[in-house]
Amino acid sequence: MIRPLKLGFMALLFFYLYLPIAVLVANAFNSTRSGNRWGGFTAKWFDAMWANSGLMEAAVNSLTVAVVAATVATLIGTLAAVALYRYRFRGKLALNGMLFVVMTSPDIVMAVSLLALFVSLGISLGFWSLLAAHITFCLPFVVVSVYSRLSGFDRSVIEAARDLGASEGRILRQIILPMAMPAVLAGWLLSFTLSLDDVIISSFVTGPSYEILPIKIFSMVKVGVTPAVNALATLMLLLSLVMVAISQFLLKQKHPS
Amino acid sequence: MKVNNRLKWFSIGLLTTWLVIFVLFPNLMVIAVSFMTPDLRELIRPEFSVEGYLRLLDPLYLDVLIHSLYLAGFATLLCLLVGYPAAWIIAHTSKRMQAFLLFLIIVPFWTNSLIRTYAMKVILGNRGIVNKTLMEIGLIDSPIRMLYNESAVIMALVYILLPFMILPLYSSIEKLPRNYLEAAKDLGSGPLRTFRTIVWPLTLPGVISGCLLVFLPALGMFYIADLLGGAGNLLIGNIIRDQILVTRNWPFGAALSVTLIAMMAVMLWAYHRALKAMQGGQGR
Repeated sequence: MIRPLKLGFMALLFFYLYLPIAVLVANAFNSTRSGNRWGGFTAKWFDAMWANSGLMEAAVNSLTVAVVAATVATLIGTLAAVALYRYRFRGKLALNGMLFVVMTSPDIVMAVSLLALFVSLGISLGFWSLLAAHITFCLPFVVVSVYSRLSGFDRSVIEAARDLGASEGRILRQIILPMAMPAVLAGWLLSFTLSLDDVIISSFVTGPSYEILPIKIFSMVKVGVTPAVNALATLMLLLSLVMVAISQFLLKQKHPS
Repeated sequence: MKVNNRLKWFSIGLLTTWLVIFVLFPNLMVIAVSFMTPDLRELIRPEFSVEGYLRLLDPLYLDVLIHSLYLAGFATLLCLLVGYPAAWIIAHTSKRMQAFLLFLIIVPFWTNSLIRTYAMKVILGNRGIVNKTLMEIGLIDSPIRMLYNESAVIMALVYILLPFMILPLYSSIEKLPRNYLEAAKDLGSGPLRTFRTIVWPLTLPGVISGCLLVFLPALGMFYIADLLGGAGNLLIGNIIRDQILVTRNWPFGAALSVTLIAMMAVMLWAYHRALKAMQGGQGR
């Protein structure tokens, strides 16, 4: 009695989580414009997507910001995670606290505070303001993902290396970084997707000079159903599916020791 | 040791500088702005005023705020009611199955939430798949209006935020010591009593952090209200955006933002207490 109930519950749950996505993907290949009934297979919406220069420009902008933001956040975040793991210092608690606040505070709060910063400093809204904002919200996720991998790691290896005369730099290069690598890559992938996904903060901190995908898509779907958006959404879903699969694989990697 | 020190201070200094410039300083600024006077030309005048906070009590905004809290609160409750059993079921399957089911939960969490909101809009439309299916199986004769009302907003919030509830719940349920449950059973405790006295207190930190991760973001998701809610179902995020970007009443927008921070502080405090209580209980 209880088992079929559980199965049914989980099936319903996943149906709810995946049905809208499935319909969206189906509509990307559906020749009926409104998408309310199946009118046969077509790839014309993908052609419409490529031909939409505004959309493509926004896509290039989005990818640029996502790659740069993820890379910078990963560099700063990894260094910080190693330092947090390796050393004791004053203010460590405060630093952890601030990272935690960034992770839990709602996007809208961060959006308002960053806009206040840029306006008060007289920084015009565009690529740079957007980039700084994206790096900021990606940072804690990189720190946490790298730090949690490092803390699962046997410290005696480092002790042994030091006893054998390895310098601090060598320990970092040859032990800590290789160990942390899967989490570093996973942190990059997560940052990349977070950056591509963000609507709320971006709509505050970018200006008309630098339009990015979520904002472009938002303005398009507010008006009505646009099949080119379905095609683009399908590609983006595919991209995130690949990314989440890679990152899960990386995080599952056993420690090489 | 020289290299060591330089690397250490560089790494820590970089992160600290970044967080001070882009997190600490801007947030202090928002708190300061919330106590200032709006100004048409300069955005704000540095004159002390609590006008921004008094406006929260203006019936015009108070109703919208309360309705927004209701929408987000109801969505959080639904997430908890669906997420708890789901997390429980996942935590009680085989390790391989757990990994697979968690993967299925995480995939939507990684996919673009705006696109998923739009997908929700497509299926809930008058001629969308939900209405068509209901009509085909004969449950209804004419399409039900499912968009632009509060249930559309709540359904979409649940849809977007459910993974944020399931993941923390899963991790606290998974850590639950199984022998406690067996001991309770052996001592003659019924399932309800076991749940109330053992399971609930021990998973409470997971419940609170799940609620924190659903309720607060839900209040801010203006694009869900824009796409699915219609004029009568605004979230606090919509008001903040309109006040900051359209009406340009910064002190009021900042006061709303500070209100959200205050709610976050209260929930974090509750989380901390639940964690303490749990560890205290386990130590005994």
